[in-house]
Amino acid sequence: MTTGSFQNPSCGVTEMIAGMFARGVTKKENTPIGGCFQAKTAESARQCLSFVLIFLFCLSCLSAVGPVQAQVQSPEMPLPAPELALRLKKLESELRCLVCQNQTLAESPAGLAGDLRREVRLLIDQGKTDEQIKSHLQARYGDFVLYRPPVDPKTYLLWFGPFGLLIVAALSAWWLTRRRRDGGEGGAALTPQDAKGIESQRRARALLDEDQRDKQKDDGS
Amino acid sequence: MSAEPTVAVPLQARTSTKRAWAFFLPIAVFGVLVWFFYKGLFLNPRDIPSALINKPAPAFSLAQLHSSALKFSPAEMKGQVWLLNVWGSWCVSCRYEHPFLNELAKQQVVPVVGLNWKDDPATAKNWLKKYGDPYRLSVSDLDGRVAIDWGVYGAPETFVIDKSGTIRYKHTGAIDANVLNDILLPIIRDLNKS
Repeated sequence: MTTGSFQNPSCGVTEMIAGMFARGVTKKENTPIGGCFQAKTAESARQCLSFVLIFLFCLSCLSAVGPVQAQVQSPEMPLPAPELALRLKKLESELRCLVCQNQTLAESPAGLAGDLRREVRLLIDQGKTDEQIKSHLQARYGDFVLYRPPVDPKTYLLWFGPFGLLIVAALSAWWLTRRRRDGGEGGAALTPQDAKGIESQRRARALLDEDQRDKQKDDGS
Repeated sequence: MSAEPTVAVPLQARTSTKRAWAFFLPIAVFGVLVWFFYKGLFLNPRDIPSALINKPAPAFSLAQLHSSALKFSPAEMKGQVWLLNVWGSWCVSCRYEHPFLNELAKQQVVPVVGLNWKDDPATAKNWLKKYGDPYRLSVSDLDGRVAIDWGVYGAPETFVIDKSGTIRYKHTGAIDANVLNDILLPIIRDLNKS
């Protein structure tokens, strides 16, 4: 790998991805995405497939980063002081509604979400910290109530699996492109058919040469 | 002349293992994915494991539905295996499971306490008059705070509590004959033995 992105430990994931695409652009005939449309060999098809997969993965990452959240006004209580309202909103958007499972407490119109919002508000009034409030609900509803799952051995696959896949995809893309660029070493290795062909050619050449020599001998004598 | 074929052998071996990898690895990855998706087909996303299994039943003191002057708290049930059934007259699935609870009450296997969740007491009492009352007693959780303490997120839900007052099992959703015979009654039997 000539660009060195993979060796640089301080290099962020985004730079790494950018580096891979940049490399494809500088070397015109190796452009991974462009190459997809005229993939001539199985090799380049495989290569472009890996890049497309990485690209799709990056897209899905981006869409997961910033969910747009609509605030539903809790009808149960009057609007508290601004800083309290902000804290309440932040907490509510970190807790899951257990009825509408894809929604946070802040978003959900379900009755239970209203009850839980009231519960959060009561706990704030009791002087509980955000952490205490979250663990209060976690003790009753389990990890599921937390919109952001905790990092523990049960969720390692969830948290780190995608990055693992990205690394595997990046490594295989790097391996495939390197093999292709280095040419003869791995990519154009002799197949048994090639070896056989060369061997028979060599034998034919030898026979011809022999013939030639015989002819010359005949001519000479 | 006989030297060349022997050179080709290691090359051939190397390419064939590579080909085997290139062939089987995607199939293996695909197989794992299919397995995950197949499993996912039969998972119920609403079936959230309770955080309260093997934890002491949360204490409360609520007015009884039929005699609001009297209170009930779970501590009174210490020493026996019992069920806490979360219900409401507004809850459609509760209506479905009700005959099975009536049947259970007739058999007198286990006392069932009803947690009447966010309901109007008058409507709730009428509902029980109409469909039968399988509960030893019901308590009114008018504002739903006790339900939150019990981690309730829908009705009906049924908790199995052992003699020491520890929650041993929670069934989410309606009870039917299968749930009773295959899940709840065996658990109750085991808990009564110990």
